[in-house]
Amino acid sequence: MLHNRRKHVAIAISLVAPFVLTFSLVFLWPAIRVVELSFTSGPLIGAGEWVGLENYRRLLSDNLFYTSLKNNGYFILLTVVPTTALALAIALMINRLSGRLQAAMLALFFLPYILPVSVVTMIWTWMLDFQFGILQPVFTFFTGKPVPVFKNPYWVMPMIAVVTIWWTNGFNVLLFIAGLRNIPQELYEAAALDGATGRQQFLRLTWPLLWPVTALVLTLQLILQLKIFDQVYLMSGGGPFNSSYVLLLMVYREAFQLNHGGYASAVALVLFVIIMAVSVLQFQILKIGGRR
Amino acid sequence: MISTRRIENGILTATTIVGALLWIFPLYWAFVTSIRSEERVVSEEAGLLPDEFNLSSYIDVILNTQLLNWYLNSIVTSVIITLVVIVSGMMCAYAISQMRFPGRRLLYGVVLASFMIPSQALVVTQFILMNSLGFINTWAGIILPQLIIPVVIIVYKQFFDAVPKEMREAVVLDGGGEYTLLFRIYLPLNWGITTALAIITFIMAWNQFLWPFLVVTTEDMMTIPVGITQVNDAFGVFYARLMSVALLGAMPVALAYLIFQKKVTEAVMISSGVKG
Repeated sequence: MLHNRRKHVAIAISLVAPFVLTFSLVFLWPAIRVVELSFTSGPLIGAGEWVGLENYRRLLSDNLFYTSLKNNGYFILLTVVPTTALALAIALMINRLSGRLQAAMLALFFLPYILPVSVVTMIWTWMLDFQFGILQPVFTFFTGKPVPVFKNPYWVMPMIAVVTIWWTNGFNVLLFIAGLRNIPQELYEAAALDGATGRQQFLRLTWPLLWPVTALVLTLQLILQLKIFDQVYLMSGGGPFNSSYVLLLMVYREAFQLNHGGYASAVALVLFVIIMAVSVLQFQILKIGGRR
Repeated sequence: MISTRRIENGILTATTIVGALLWIFPLYWAFVTSIRSEERVVSEEAGLLPDEFNLSSYIDVILNTQLLNWYLNSIVTSVIITLVVIVSGMMCAYAISQMRFPGRRLLYGVVLASFMIPSQALVVTQFILMNSLGFINTWAGIILPQLIIPVVIIVYKQFFDAVPKEMREAVVLDGGGEYTLLFRIYLPLNWGITTALAIITFIMAWNQFLWPFLVVTTEDMMTIPVGITQVNDAFGVFYARLMSVALLGAMPVALAYLIFQKKVTEAVMISSGVKG
């Protein structure tokens, strides 16, 4: 019996070993090291001196850090709620349709989501090209002249937000459609019998029952948009005048271009703490949502 | 009454269709641009409709960039990532779900917690690690840090938990071990979710930008999403070529999506915890 028990545990260990070993090597170890590194003055490669909280002290007086924080915040304002509202609207529209038409419409709205980020940014850079971009007439119509959007401090963040929403919204649409399909049809039939109008049905039935999904989408978006890097790097490089500089870009610049491994780690940890805080918040919100 | 309702419905459907067409317009426009000559792309007469079928940009980027190399790097790394993530995730989830061993709860707790850790915060020390292992500019360097996708374990565990215990007992009576159980019973029973997870993992691995961008510094080792950003530098701003390379870069995942559309939707819905 004891022999069997031991064999059972040995088999279990052999099953979890591949994951546990990779996890320890490429996740756990780097996670511990990044904390350690953030207390040193180390370059990217090579040993550094232990400097205690010096990196964090420096961070608090670094204007670029505050600029990045502010830009991260601005980007969140521009994306999180708009993309959620838009996804809900699209999901409601698609949900009305049926059969092949529904599948086709969903595919069209979802397709951008599976594209690599560099493909997305290449296409939009072309459409927004200062001289030949097909969207420049729109800018000319509203502002009277063409706008070099990624070189303009006022337009750069809003346009990166537009591109991001276009690229990622399909995922949210899908979540909302899943949520809508989970609402029992009988509820609508009952409501219709009671003479509820479409508007009442939406406000009294659809919206409250969809709230857990809405909370999920909002918090997922919040976490996702905090980590923005790719689009900014590819479209504006953080400029002009740092008006699209964000935290992860700061990590990249400090570590890989300025060779400040220790300082970059401190920035990375701040980002990490913010994301963890939001994740915990998400967990709480979803729990509340689940109880209703 | 009925007719106004019908008109309303018609208007809503038409709005949806127009909206979807506008939504997909950037892809259409990339395609139209890619099949024009460079002169045509920037000429005054170029309209919204495809008026030329000129494949010279495609031929040019295939012949004069490292595109085929990038495809090879992307295919090899994405396939290996998908295989390892699925197989190791499935094995780990099976042990957590069906077996009793010390540290089981702790392991699952770690998996759940790591779900919340943004890998982006680890890129600096992952790079240092890959450097000390000598994996910069290698497939191993691209692959290793992408092997941790905790959501695969979480999803598998949920599905394994739901398999009826009777099936397990029948196999055990016949003298089958845990590996037999996993690969002959639990895996075939969950074939649907396995393909769904595999496709979504493949698409995610293929599209990964930040990590391959950091760990690869030579052009011949780049993956598609990183490599195609070099085309701009190589040609200067030639939009027909840029759109050709963009569409060629997007082709594999776009095809994978169009073929496995149902599976992709299913995987997205399940892996975000909203079971449809």
